[in-house]
Amino acid sequence: MDAAEVKAHVRVYVLVFSALAVLTIVTVAISYIHLPTPSAIAVAMAVALVKAGLVAAFFMHLASERHIIHWVLILCLAFFAFVMFLPLGTNLGIEPLWPLSR
Amino acid sequence: MSAIDLPYQIEPHPVTGVTSGKLGIWLFLASEVMLFGSLFSSYVLLRVGSGMEFWPSGVEAGLNVPIGTFNTMVLIGSSVTMVMSWASLKMNKLGAFKGYFATTIFLGALFLVVKAFEYSDKFSHGVFPWVGWPEAGDPSTFYALYFTLTGLHALHVLLGILPNLWLLVFGVAMWETDRERFTGRIEIAGLYWHFVDLVWIFLFPVLYLL
Amino acid sequence: MRNTRHWGLTMSDSHDELNFWRKYVFSTDHKTIGIQYGITALVFLFFGFSLMMMMRWQLAYPGQAIPIIGALLGDTFVNRGAMLPEFYNQLGAMHGTIMVFMGIVPLAVGAFGNFVVPLQIGAADMAFPRLNMMSYQAFVIGGVIMLLSFLAPGGAASSGWTSYAPLSDIATSGQTWWLIGMIFLIFSSLLGAINFIVTIIHLRAEGMTFFRLPFFVWSQLVTAFLLLLAFPALQAAAVFQLMDRLAGTSFFLPSGLVVGGEASAAVGGGSPLLWQHLFWFLAHPEVYVLILPGMGIVAEVIAINTRKPLWGYRSMVYSLVFLGFMSFCVWAHHMFLTGMGTTMSTFFQITTMIISIPSVIILSCLVISLWGGSIRFPVPMLFALAFLPMFGIGGLTGLPLGLAVPDVYLHDSYYVIGHFHYVVAPGTIFAMFAGIYHWYPKATGRAMNESLGKLHFWLSFIFMNGIFMPMMFEGMAGVSRRLFNPEVYNTGLGAHGLTVISSWSAWCLALSQLPFIYNFFASMRKKERAEENPWQATTLEWATPTPPPHGNFPSPPVVERGPYEYSVPGAASDFSPQAVKQGV
Repeated sequence: MDAAEVKAHVRVYVLVFSALAVLTIVTVAISYIHLPTPSAIAVAMAVALVKAGLVAAFFMHLASERHIIHWVLILCLAFFAFVMFLPLGTNLGIEPLWPLSR
Repeated sequence: MSAIDLPYQIEPHPVTGVTSGKLGIWLFLASEVMLFGSLFSSYVLLRVGSGMEFWPSGVEAGLNVPIGTFNTMVLIGSSVTMVMSWASLKMNKLGAFKGYFATTIFLGALFLVVKAFEYSDKFSHGVFPWVGWPEAGDPSTFYALYFTLTGLHALHVLLGILPNLWLLVFGVAMWETDRERFTGRIEIAGLYWHFVDLVWIFLFPVLYLL
Repeated sequence: MRNTRHWGLTMSDSHDELNFWRKYVFSTDHKTIGIQYGITALVFLFFGFSLMMMMRWQLAYPGQAIPIIGALLGDTFVNRGAMLPEFYNQLGAMHGTIMVFMGIVPLAVGAFGNFVVPLQIGAADMAFPRLNMMSYQAFVIGGVIMLLSFLAPGGAASSGWTSYAPLSDIATSGQTWWLIGMIFLIFSSLLGAINFIVTIIHLRAEGMTFFRLPFFVWSQLVTAFLLLLAFPALQAAAVFQLMDRLAGTSFFLPSGLVVGGEASAAVGGGSPLLWQHLFWFLAHPEVYVLILPGMGIVAEVIAINTRKPLWGYRSMVYSLVFLGFMSFCVWAHHMFLTGMGTTMSTFFQITTMIISIPSVIILSCLVISLWGGSIRFPVPMLFALAFLPMFGIGGLTGLPLGLAVPDVYLHDSYYVIGHFHYVVAPGTIFAMFAGIYHWYPKATGRAMNESLGKLHFWLSFIFMNGIFMPMMFEGMAGVSRRLFNPEVYNTGLGAHGLTVISSWSAWCLALSQLPFIYNFFASMRKKERAEENPWQATTLEWATPTPPPHGNFPSPPVVERGPYEYSVPGAASDFSPQAVKQGV
C-alpha cells in the first residue's frame, strides 16, 4: 500500500467512523421504543453486526486482506457457530421435536 | 534477541502474502473470538434458562445508557485514531502518528476511567456481582454477567493500553532503524485494539439495551 | 545481518557465548525448549503416576495404612497412615489434571512438536522464538501453582479433573489454585498453538509442499488448531468459576441449592450444566490433542521401520483434518447422564459415530502399511506396533459409550476409566516412548540401549494391560468409579480380585520404568556417538548434523520428494531422503 492509496483510505476511515457513530445512536434510540424482546434482540444484533462488519472490513482491513486470513476466520466462525450451539444443548428437545408414534 | 533472524518477520510470505506477525495476531484473535463466543453463549444459556420474566434489561437493572453510549463513542473514536496513526506511519508522518497514537491511548484510558465511575456508582448503590438483580425478587445472574463480561473486556483494554504506551515511549525508536518493522508492529497493535472495540460493539447492546 | 534474513541460517556471532542461563534456562532455541518441555513433562507424568499409585492402594486394600508413604504424610492427608477420603479425592482430581494438562499435552505438543516440527519442515527455528520461551515459562508457572495447591488449606482441588460444578464451586481453596494454574496452562497452549501454525504455514523449506509434509507435522498442525480454538471455552469457564468462588456470583449455582442439608446462601439462578458444556467443549477436542501427535509419531516410526511408504498417506491426512473438525461437535456425548433431551442426544450420538470413521481409517492405514514390509524391530517400532492394538481396544470400547443407552449403564463405572486409559496410557504414552527412543539419537547424539529398551517395552506392555484390562470387567460388573471405599456397597464386590490385580500391575509398571529412567540418563554419557541418520530415514530432521546446531541446517534444504520414499524401485538405497544433499 503506498502513500497515495493510504490517503484515499483515510477518507474511508472518517466515513466509517461517522457511520459507527450514527449506528450507535440509532441502536440506542431504538431501545427507547421498547420493542417486544425478540424483535429488540434481532434489531440490536443486526445493528451490532453491521457495526462489527464495518470495523472488521475497514479498520482491520479485512476487505482487502489476504485469503489466508479469511480462511483462518472462516474456520474460526465455524467453531464459533458450534459454541453458540451450546445453549441449545441444555434447553432443546427435552420433548422430542417431532412426536414419535405413541 | 534470538540469535537467528527468521524470514517473513518484515517482508510478507510469497504465498500467503502476510508477515508471520500478522498471521500470528489473527490466529490469536481467532482464539479471542472463541473466548468471547463462549462468554456470549453462556450469557444466552443463563438468560434463557432463568426465564425471561426474571431478566432485566440494562435500563431496568439501573445501568446508565447515556454514559454507556458515551463510552461506546470513546472506544469507536479510539479505534479510528488508531487506524489513523497507522496510516500516518504509512505516509511517513511521524509527528501525526504520535498525536493519533497518544490520542488512542488517552481515549482507551478515558474508557477505563468512565467504566470505573460506573462501577463505583453501582457499588455505592449496593450493587455487587453477587446480588443478581435485587428488584426481581428472584435470583438472576444479570449483574454477575455484567461485571464479569465488562471486567474481562476492561482487562483487554488495559492489556492493549500497556503495550501501546511502551510502543509510544520506547518502541518508537525503531522508526529510525527499521521503519517497515515498526509500522508492522503498529498494525498488529491496531488489529488487537480494533478487536477490543469490536467486542464492545456487541457487549454494549447486549448488556445495556436488551 | 540484514541481508541474510531471507534464509535464517546465519547465526549471530554471539551465539556461542551465551551464558548458562540464556542457553539452558531462558533459551529461545526450539530444540532446547523442546527438551525443557520434555523433561518437565516427564517429571510431571511420573508425579501424576505416583498419585495414582497411592489411590490404587486404597482401592485394593481399603482402610489399611499405606506402606512407607503413609507414615510420611501429614494429618490432613492420612489418619494413622490410612488415606482420608478428602485426600483420595485430591489425588483423583490432580492425577487427571497433571496427566492430561501437565504431562501428555506438554510432552506430545510442547516437547515433540517443538523439537521435531521445525526440523522436519526444514526451518531454522519456530516462527516466534520468544513466544516459544514464554509458552514454556507459563507452563512451568501453571504447573508449579498446581503442585503448590497441595499445601493450600484443605489440600488440592478435589472435584475431579473435570471440576464439575456446583461441587467445585463450594470446594476448598485448592480449587481456586487449580483454576489459576489452569489459566496459565491455557495461556501456554495458546502461545504454542499460534507458534506452530505460523511456523508450519510460513517456514517450510523450499519444495516442502503441504502434501510433502511428514504425517507428524500434519498431526501437529491439526492439534494446534484444536488447542487454539477449543481452549478458550475452558478459559471462559475458568473465569466464571473464579468469579463464583471469589466474587460470590452464581454462574454455576442453581437456585435452591442444598449443601450438607442446609440451603446454600448463594444467589442461585446459574446452571451447573453450563460448566459441563464449556468444559467438554474444550475437553473433547483435548482428547484429540492427546492422541493425534501420538498417531503422528507412530506413523513416522512405522514408515521408517517397515521400509515402505505409508499406505494411504493422503487419506490419512484428510481423515486427520476431518477428525479435528468433527471433534468440536461431539462434546455432549460426555453428558448423556445429565438428562439432556432426546433430540440433542440423538444428534450427538450420530456425530460420535461419524467421528469414529476417520480414526478407523487412520488406524487401518497404519496396519495396512505393515503389509509386505521388511519390518525391523528396534525399540521405537515395538512401542509403535503396540500402539496399534492398544489404541484399537481403547477406540472400540468407546463405541458403547458413544451410544446413550449403554452409556447410562457404563458411564459411572470403571469401564470408562479402562476405555480412555487404553487410548491415553498404552496408546499415547506408548507413542511418546516410541518418539523418545526414536529421536533420542538426534537430540543427544547417543543411541539408547536396545536391551534395556526391550526390557522396558515388554514389562510396560504386560503391566499396562494388567492395569486396564481388569477395569473393563470391573466396570461391567458394576463397580463404581467414584467410590473411595469399594467395599461400601455390595455391587461388584465379587470383582475385588480384579482391583487387586490392577493395583499390583500399577506398582509393577512403576518398577518397569526404572530401566527406562536409567537408560535415559546413562545413554547420554555414552562414549560412542550415534550416526547422523541411524534409522536410514528420509525426513529432513535426519539430514541435520547431530545434535542439530543453533539454526539447524548448515544450508537451506531443498525438498524434492514426499516424506516416505522407501524402497523406491531403481533407487540407489532403500531410502530416498526428502532433501537433496547439498554439501552437508
